[in-house]
Amino acid sequence: MGTGTGLGRVRGLGSAKQGAHHWWQQRLTAAGNVLLVSWFVLSLLRLPDLSYSVVTDWLSSPLVAIAMILLSANVFWHLRLGLQVVIEDYIENEATKLAVILLINFYAAGGAAVAIFSIAKIAFGGAA
Amino acid sequence: MSRNPDRPLSPHLMHWKWGPHMLVSILHRMAGVGLAVVGGLLLAWWLLSAASGEAAYESFLDWFTVDSGAINIIGVIFCVGLTWAFFQHLFNGLRHFVLDMGAGYELKTNRRWALIVVWGAILATAGLWVWLLWPALVNISAGEF
Repeated sequence: MGTGTGLGRVRGLGSAKQGAHHWWQQRLTAAGNVLLVSWFVLSLLRLPDLSYSVVTDWLSSPLVAIAMILLSANVFWHLRLGLQVVIEDYIENEATKLAVILLINFYAAGGAAVAIFSIAKIAFGGAA
Repeated sequence: MSRNPDRPLSPHLMHWKWGPHMLVSILHRMAGVGLAVVGGLLLAWWLLSAASGEAAYESFLDWFTVDSGAINIIGVIFCVGLTWAFFQHLFNGLRHFVLDMGAGYELKTNRRWALIVVWGAILATAGLWVWLLWPALVNISAGEF
């Protein structure tokens, strides 16, 4: 306890020991995004157009639906972690910071739920 | 614990001399926030409208296309912006994987790869959109728009 920062010595606690977890999750989801988002962009470019029938046909294929669900979960988890770091770096007021972190969590969970439910509905409902 | 309040807390945009490494760092955040907010909302909105039926999907498309179905100016701004943000964040993300392994911190190497990331993202975006819009560009130059 005698070798940390001044603040750490005063509090006698040191770090919360959770920094590496956030960092590692960010890297894992980043690696997932390299694969999933690159696949998504290439797939969109290979579709003949983005009309309703083409898009819903494409999304109702099982492999596409599975990959899109993985992508939605991965993208919204990655952006939750990333936005949190930016907020923590630039917002100094603790109350504002707390409110924005809450908002980011709602946005990420809500966005993932909307995306995943929509993909499932199209995939299970069969293309119209 | 006394600190000179005139000194910046961390590498601060207003105090430090700019270089490619700083540019690429702040661009990573800007592109990331852009993708997170605009890209995330657009992805969720696109999927939700596709799941809500043809009429809902058409009204989604209407925002970004003209009557003939071709992409409009709003669509171009959103799509080109997101494409650049995607390439910038992807290329710099890959650069960060190398840095995470402890490599690429030598001044010249760091500077070179920061510049490659920035120019690579611009060139990839330009290349993709020239390729995508090529038929329309040919029509305009032939006076058939």
